[in-house]
Amino acid sequence: MSAVKICDSTAEAVDGIADGSTVLIGGFGLAGMPVQLIDALIEQGATDLTVVSNNAGNGDTGLAALLAKGRVRKVICSFPRQSDSWVFDGLFRAGKIELEVVPQGNLAERMRAAGAGIGAFYCPTAVGTPLAEGKETREIDGRTYVLEYPIKGDVALIGAHRSDRMGNLVYRKTARNFGPVMATAGRQVIAQVSEVVDTGVLDPEVIVTPSIYVDRVVAV
Amino acid sequence: MSLNKHEMAALVARDIEAGSFVNLGIGQPTLVADHLPADAGIVLHTENGMLNMGPAAVGEQIDPDLINAGKVPVTELPGSAYFHHADSFAMMRGGHLDVCVLGAFQVSARGDLANWHTGEPDAIPAVGGAMDLAVGAKSVYVMMTLFAKDGTPKLVPECTYPLTGLGCVNRVYTDLATFAITAGGVVVRETFGISFDELSSRLAVPLREAE
Repeated sequence: MSAVKICDSTAEAVDGIADGSTVLIGGFGLAGMPVQLIDALIEQGATDLTVVSNNAGNGDTGLAALLAKGRVRKVICSFPRQSDSWVFDGLFRAGKIELEVVPQGNLAERMRAAGAGIGAFYCPTAVGTPLAEGKETREIDGRTYVLEYPIKGDVALIGAHRSDRMGNLVYRKTARNFGPVMATAGRQVIAQVSEVVDTGVLDPEVIVTPSIYVDRVVAV
Repeated sequence: MSLNKHEMAALVARDIEAGSFVNLGIGQPTLVADHLPADAGIVLHTENGMLNMGPAAVGEQIDPDLINAGKVPVTELPGSAYFHHADSFAMMRGGHLDVCVLGAFQVSARGDLANWHTGEPDAIPAVGGAMDLAVGAKSVYVMMTLFAKDGTPKLVPECTYPLTGLGCVNRVYTDLATFAITAGGVVVRETFGISFDELSSRLAVPLREAE
């Protein structure tokens, strides 16, 4: 709709994120994790957030620091429990945070569906397991599927490699992970990149996230 | 003699056909990569978004943007390809991945898999890609010890741990025997340091000898 905004600071990039927002946060481990945007979100102060990310924070920085500040009401993720997820573990055991565990592929596909305008989809993953309890199922061609609904974000915070001044994004190696999917599923998409280059520098054949999805870019 | 984990990994590798697309789960299954013949054209998939993954990175090769599903730094090979998470799981679920090798807490005689959650009340559930792999790969191979540390069998009539997938396991590689889960029941393919009769007496699952 409107042109991408190339921001001068991460504070400018996260300005206006509202309390109660659902925030999609990219990254798998530290690869592709928009750490500086998360730090800026902590400074910005939005609270009562629902965070959608593959993990639930590592160590005491980034997403873990956002959790530690008590800003997150609910986490939707595939793998919260890790050797260094003590912040989440403590909050969960104290009953201070809600958790929805989603199989990793369903997490990605539910966001893909949100970004692609799909109302819901039947998926074979998790049939017969505790994660499908209470969900509608349907037999199609002799196989059982579970009905899964999209996950939409009010905001997506993603890490990419480079952007041009229009907001076309390219990624680097396995740091791509959730970025392109979250870029489609977030109403407002904010990308941190290593470098903003002039429009025309990036080969159109290798653009992974076209500018239509991207609202704000900041180089860090 | 019972097998150690490296010998188990070698057995799994032996059964992977040349040219297969393969996902090796986190933990012991990653050892299978050490035993795949270099000239077999086997392509490793890592669900965080890469095909033709190379060996673990060392020294100056380490790049924080290039990791495997276990978050270990790895390397590229000629012919590597990167893709996003929805594509990565679509290629699994869509039946394009030939084999995945997973660890397990329990496998049932019907091939049900339990490998994500012990079910203990204070355990924090974490599933990752286990359920997607279990239903997605054309063949699911499990690599595990046949008995838990407390001596209870892990090949069981019914899983008591929360399930990862229903009827999805095709083969089980253990320290004492390898098994095929077939429509006709559990077939013992090979034993290591144990007789078929002793194996049968220690498991509550009806076993058949391979023909």
